[in-house]
Amino acid sequence: MSAGVELRDLRMSFGSFTALDGVSLSIAPGEFVVLLGPSGCGKTTLLSILGGFLTPVAGEVLIGGRDMTRIAPKDRPTTTMFQDYALFPHMSLADNVAFGLRMRGMAKRERRTRAQEMLALVGLPEAADRYPHELSGGQRQRVALARALAVDPQVLLLDEPLGALDLKLRRQMQDELKAIQRRVGTTFVHVTHDQEEAMAIADRIVVMNAGRIADLGPPREVYLRPKSLFSAAFMGEINQIPGEGQGKALHTPLGALPLAANGPATLCIRPEAITTAPGPDLLPLGPARLLESAFFGTHHRAHFAPLAAPDLRLTAHLPQDAEPQPGMQAELHARAHVVLEGRA
Amino acid sequence: MRVLSWLYLALMFGFIFLPVAVLVLFSFQDGRLPVPPFNGPSLRWYVEVLGDRRLMSGLMNSLIVASLSSAMALFLGFLAAQGLARYRLPGSVLMRAALIAPLTVSYLIIALGLMSLYQRAGIGLSLWTAGVGHVVINLPLCFAILYASMGEHQRSAERAARDLGASEVQVLRLITAPMLAPSMLAAYFLAFTFSWDEFIIAYLLTRFDVTLPVEIWALLRSGLSPRANAIGSLVFLVSVGVLIIMELTVFRRVRR
Repeated sequence: MSAGVELRDLRMSFGSFTALDGVSLSIAPGEFVVLLGPSGCGKTTLLSILGGFLTPVAGEVLIGGRDMTRIAPKDRPTTTMFQDYALFPHMSLADNVAFGLRMRGMAKRERRTRAQEMLALVGLPEAADRYPHELSGGQRQRVALARALAVDPQVLLLDEPLGALDLKLRRQMQDELKAIQRRVGTTFVHVTHDQEEAMAIADRIVVMNAGRIADLGPPREVYLRPKSLFSAAFMGEINQIPGEGQGKALHTPLGALPLAANGPATLCIRPEAITTAPGPDLLPLGPARLLESAFFGTHHRAHFAPLAAPDLRLTAHLPQDAEPQPGMQAELHARAHVVLEGRA
Repeated sequence: MRVLSWLYLALMFGFIFLPVAVLVLFSFQDGRLPVPPFNGPSLRWYVEVLGDRRLMSGLMNSLIVASLSSAMALFLGFLAAQGLARYRLPGSVLMRAALIAPLTVSYLIIALGLMSLYQRAGIGLSLWTAGVGHVVINLPLCFAILYASMGEHQRSAERAARDLGASEVQVLRLITAPMLAPSMLAAYFLAFTFSWDEFIIAYLLTRFDVTLPVEIWALLRSGLSPRANAIGSLVFLVSVGVLIIMELTVFRRVRR
């Protein structure tokens, strides 16, 4: 069974440090939500409040429609997969996985069967009688996941569970995590600072910065149509061109562009959205000179200096078959762009 | 230089163990006095000691007092260590100091203090009152050992257990205590040996039933005899036995 979560105007502070500055969020049952942000943005604090390890200074936490703000972790329908896995070193894997069921009073034989099922679900069907110290980091992680899922929580909280793994294993675990979440249908709330991980697994990404939500939406939307300068920059490399909006035109160092904006604004363009090939429906960025480029396998990463603003730098990803030469001039166009209020 | 350091080592061990070796040797003396020349070996004093009802009841009393008082000291020390290591309490520095303080107070003072307290409260002296004295001296020891071995590792395992629905008592019983097992065993056996051969408190706080060291002291008052050597050797044997158990259980686990 899975339940939705409703957070209402959560505030939290540690001494004079404000960790959460009014966070409201609703999470649908069965949704895979990723809280994404740099360290200190409040994402882990938010997760701890969800798990019951911290009580917010103000605000409410509702899980499945019931107020859980002041309920202890042991009485919540949530379980957590901890960053350091926190397996019990003196128990076999079966006992580790069955611990929550034991606390709920399930008979020994039933627990054992269920623990076997859960270990099989995470790909360790033969390991029931082994001990945590015999496992690799990736395997411990799977056991931690099995243990947290064994009690059939309504919401599973994941605290940077993939942080300690090497890149290849991390990508593999992301796929598995997503597949397991689809199978069990539990609501997952996952914390990470890795935007690629967030995009790989999330139904919806919540970008956090300085104790507030900076942006939220499906990965594609947060990446392509960010709603704040912070999330535009945090989700991946982006060219930010400062400008001044005057109704139907945006005045930038590149000249006046036909974009609707008012007041200080920033034109944001991802490197892969910049092209040298003309076409319909493109935003013209004018001529620029190529300063340098490097081959990255999937693309050439090239730095341009617009002729209209020689001090400005635009980074573009040119196709594999392009042959960029330093010093050459090209007409640049943007396939996609976003205009955001304010300047970085 | 190498020879010198070995010589130093030999001298040091000789200094520590020679008296014990002599004591054990003359417990096998075939004669009335435990002094050279050595005649024997003979087991007659062991036979006599093992047949002596007072010494044997002293031995049993010592075993009971040592095992129960150490268990109590361990239990209280464990709860105190857990409380001070896990929770932010007002005045925790002071509480820690107060818990450790008995270590620095002489056994004589502790015994005298308890004695006058018992007198005022109208509690008669017995093995129980001596046992309480041993809890007083061993509690700081157990507390210090357990407090020092509580780390971040346990803290996060405890958090996970609570998250999975364990009550505080279940956390202590199923997670904290088993994870601390090596330190718990070490603290218990150390407390056991301290209680086992403790004399001053046992002497001042018992009356009719007494522990073995008190019985041996009474024996010594009637002069030197290989009987004292024999019972002394038995006491030593028990201590060595505890040490071997510790080596086999505690330290083997720690190394794993």
